[in-house]
Amino acid sequence: MDDAVAVRGLVVDRGGRRVLHGISCAVPRGTVTGLLGPSGSGKTTLMRAVVGVQTVDAGTVDVLGRPAGTAELRHRVGYLTQAPSVYADLTVRENARYFAVLQGRSRADADRAVSDVGLATAADQLVGTLSGGQRSRASLACALVGDPELVVLDEPTVGQDPVLRADLWARFHAMAAAGTTLLVSSHVMDEAARCDRLLLIREGRLVADDTPAAVRAATGVDDLEEAFLRLIRDGESEATS
Amino acid sequence: MNGRILAATTGRILRQLRHDRRTVALLVVVPAVLLTLVYFMYVDQPTPPGAPRTFDRVALIMLGFFPFIIMFLVTSIAMLRERTTGTLERLLTTPLGKLDLLFGYGIAFGLAGVLQSTVASLVAYQVFGLDTAGSPWLVVLIAGVNAVLAVALGLFCSAFARTEFQAVQFMPVVVAPQLLLCGLFVPRGQMAGWLQAVSDVLPLSYAVEALQEVGAHAEPTGTMWRDVAIVAGAAVVALVLAAATLRRRSG
Repeated sequence: MDDAVAVRGLVVDRGGRRVLHGISCAVPRGTVTGLLGPSGSGKTTLMRAVVGVQTVDAGTVDVLGRPAGTAELRHRVGYLTQAPSVYADLTVRENARYFAVLQGRSRADADRAVSDVGLATAADQLVGTLSGGQRSRASLACALVGDPELVVLDEPTVGQDPVLRADLWARFHAMAAAGTTLLVSSHVMDEAARCDRLLLIREGRLVADDTPAAVRAATGVDDLEEAFLRLIRDGESEATS
Repeated sequence: MNGRILAATTGRILRQLRHDRRTVALLVVVPAVLLTLVYFMYVDQPTPPGAPRTFDRVALIMLGFFPFIIMFLVTSIAMLRERTTGTLERLLTTPLGKLDLLFGYGIAFGLAGVLQSTVASLVAYQVFGLDTAGSPWLVVLIAGVNAVLAVALGLFCSAFARTEFQAVQFMPVVVAPQLLLCGLFVPRGQMAGWLQAVSDVLPLSYAVEALQEVGAHAEPTGTMWRDVAIVAGAAVVALVLAAATLRRRSG
């Protein structure tokens, strides 16, 4: 089993509108896979399907060899929602310790998760008093505290300063080197270059599923934003011809 | 259910409450202030010979009502916040069971209700000389069961509210009919038949009857225990209904 996530023919409707039009893709184990696309392209919906909280209209999603959402996977998958989902009226440490208990981890694991996201000095601050970037890192600490085998991160680097952003990406790669699989969404193209593999989606359809190097080679441009643009235009002209 | 997770969830909810000092202060102080108002409202009212003081009759029922109203509101808003801030969705991707969460709320806010009614009872008995034939501890027990019922109803109702504005509107819907028909304003026996029938299916009517039993009898009566069991049973039913509104998958 080489793929941590295998999606086949995934169709999702939300509010009477088709959000995902039969997506098939895979996330290989031990990689950092970027899920890129503009806002509203279906990134969050795809991630929710992977963690098993999205009702699915057709297709299958297998995670670590099991159907997504299986009870046993709740120990093995960590999920960071796009809006920071931590308790604003608890301190960073209290939040991390609570999510640590849910995953059967110790207080020491919780404190380590907090310092790993660079919040050691703010550990005893109420989350409600933190800046947006700090708050989303507090949320990240709670997603990573259980040392999950698959980590699904919905826009984890939004609002972070460049130094911290680089630190977080270095940490994601260190986790991948240790065997963790990461699926990370972003709408910023300059983050695409940091991923081992890319899934590009637009309007609920997969535009590319490849390595950054292969995307560059296939389109003949170095800049990934430009490459993404070409893939979309090629796709559109094929559809109309 | 998992003991460690349930304990951690209960602790987490109490810790959130503890960080909110103003809410804790309001929980504890407001009932005492309202009891003071009621005391002075009735202090000069003549009492027919042999009948209990009006203050005794009203204050006893108010002691059961405070935790019911307040815990219903606090729970509806707290659970709505779990839904709107995404913490509920995240919790449901973890090994936490639905009942761990619901019982965590029941225990945490049930304890808050007991604390509230203990302070209110202390004021009623010590400061205003509330006179009941039965033990004040039975009053606190009934108030505690009322608090758990309110939490369960709040958890259930929060599923039907999308905003805080809507959640607050459920308070009059759930609380007002029970307050009007519980026998405080008009004895249940003197109501029209159909009103009595409605009153019979509202759990708070039994809580009030149990409190009146404590007021009138030195020892806990069979009726009182039956009423407490009915209120507790209604709380369990509401918790089961609330569990049915929690879905791990949504659209």
